[in-house]
Amino acid sequence: MSLLEVSELTSRHGQIEALSGISFDVGSGEIVALLGSNGAGKTTTLRTITGLHRAKSGRIVFDGEDLSRLGAHRIVALGLGHVPEGRRVFPALTVAENLLLGGYLKRRERHVINERREEIYETFPRLGERRSQLAGLLSGGEQQMLAIGRALMHRPRLLALDEPTMGLAPQTARQVLEIIRRIRDGGTTILIVEQNAHQALRLADRAYVLESGRIVLSGPAAELAADPRVKAAYLGGDPAPRTSTG
Amino acid sequence: MSDFFQYLVNGLTIGAFLSLIALGYSMVYGVVRLINFAHGDIFMIGAFAGFTVLTTIGVTGGMAIPAVLAAVVVGSLATGVVGAGIARVVYTPLLKARQLSLFIAAIGVSLALSEGVKLLTGARFKSYPDALDGGQIMAGSVRVSYAQLVLVVFSVVLMAVLWLFVTRTVTGTAMRALAMDRDAARLQGINVERLILMTFLIGSVLAGAAGVMYGLYYTQISFGMGFLIGLRAFTAAVLGGIGNLPGTMAAGVLIGLIQSFAAGYISSRWTDVIIFGVLIAVLAFRPSGLFGERVVERA
Repeated sequence: MSLLEVSELTSRHGQIEALSGISFDVGSGEIVALLGSNGAGKTTTLRTITGLHRAKSGRIVFDGEDLSRLGAHRIVALGLGHVPEGRRVFPALTVAENLLLGGYLKRRERHVINERREEIYETFPRLGERRSQLAGLLSGGEQQMLAIGRALMHRPRLLALDEPTMGLAPQTARQVLEIIRRIRDGGTTILIVEQNAHQALRLADRAYVLESGRIVLSGPAAELAADPRVKAAYLGGDPAPRTSTG
Repeated sequence: MSDFFQYLVNGLTIGAFLSLIALGYSMVYGVVRLINFAHGDIFMIGAFAGFTVLTTIGVTGGMAIPAVLAAVVVGSLATGVVGAGIARVVYTPLLKARQLSLFIAAIGVSLALSEGVKLLTGARFKSYPDALDGGQIMAGSVRVSYAQLVLVVFSVVLMAVLWLFVTRTVTGTAMRALAMDRDAARLQGINVERLILMTFLIGSVLAGAAGVMYGLYYTQISFGMGFLIGLRAFTAAVLGGIGNLPGTMAAGVLIGLIQSFAAGYISSRWTDVIIFGVLIAVLAFRPSGLFGERVVERA
């Protein structure tokens, strides 16, 4: 049964149609990847699902609830976490304060926040060591772990991650992907957006390929990795420049 | 030398309530990037609300202290409601509009508030009831009035409470986060619109309390008082680095001292020339404020 079901989703940025009727689903316990190049609509898809961007039409159903009319803060409360593109940690707050805000929904139960924060420090010892440092002073990899830890603070049932390896050194990127696998093994469903198709396909169970706001290919990750069209467009040659994506 | 200490005491007094007003400019700018030009008029409304309470209860006999307390409480709650109400009705619908729309709306609100109070109460200056009875303490030849003592102590308490709220509570931390990244704040489950209203509420409560204190200290209020005091407080907010709360508090006191010393050693006719000269100099040479940016850019 699908935990998240997106059907015929369209979305605009001003006059430009960013998503032209995409449909996909994420099953409970799966890792699903959305692949595609710059401007294909991957980030818009995630932002629309989590309520930061309004859909023009279509349906987004999460665990039986229609999200399309809800504000972002309500969607988070339903159990849909989002680690945004570019990490977006709060730079002038400490690591501990960033995590505190991840537990905002539990703000009337500070002991719950404190317990969960200790768990995050166990999962990410680096964050524990740097708990009183300003988040803006962390390295890129540490900021990514903080952004993931912050999202885990609200115990999402589905965690959406937008380009979690962007701008990271290869070794750090592998660590981050390994962490994501462990999060799934802990029972959290994962929807990951990646430009780096090679790594994403090794991690994911299934994948969808987006092109200009449309889904052009989908299937089990292993099949897609072997598909000549995917190989030609996303796996061969030099990797595309890893700048900010649309 | 005793002149010097007298000016110092007066300057600290003025600085105390300028800081309270400046915090409202600073906090609101932090979360919505709006220079809320109606904030000075919110301060004025606090003074008038306090005036109404004091004249209703009366300050004779043993009623003076309870009346002052009631005036501060009612004055600040009234401005809190007015400030948050205006934000809800006028500003939040414009949050997604261009910055200029918000700014022009704020100027409109400012005029509406001051002209509204003028229509309701008349254009004449009002004499504030002398609730603190002109009582004073002499330290050598330096005179410290009860009004000054109450004002400084109360301002310090309010600022300490604000500081604890902003640094120690989850909601206060969320408010700081909101100033850094609104979308990331939403993704933590923060109801951004409600928190913005709360920021206006807190800023307005502080300004309202400052309004009552102003009335008690200067003993005269008028519908147009918010404009100039508001600009001075705004100067303090810019000087402290707008959005930077400790900087704003310190800069409020600094502007108060400049005002007092300029009036004492030069001429009170020159005080605003000097204060706004400082504003221009800061904007030209240190636009992020004397204390610099506290916000660390993303690595």
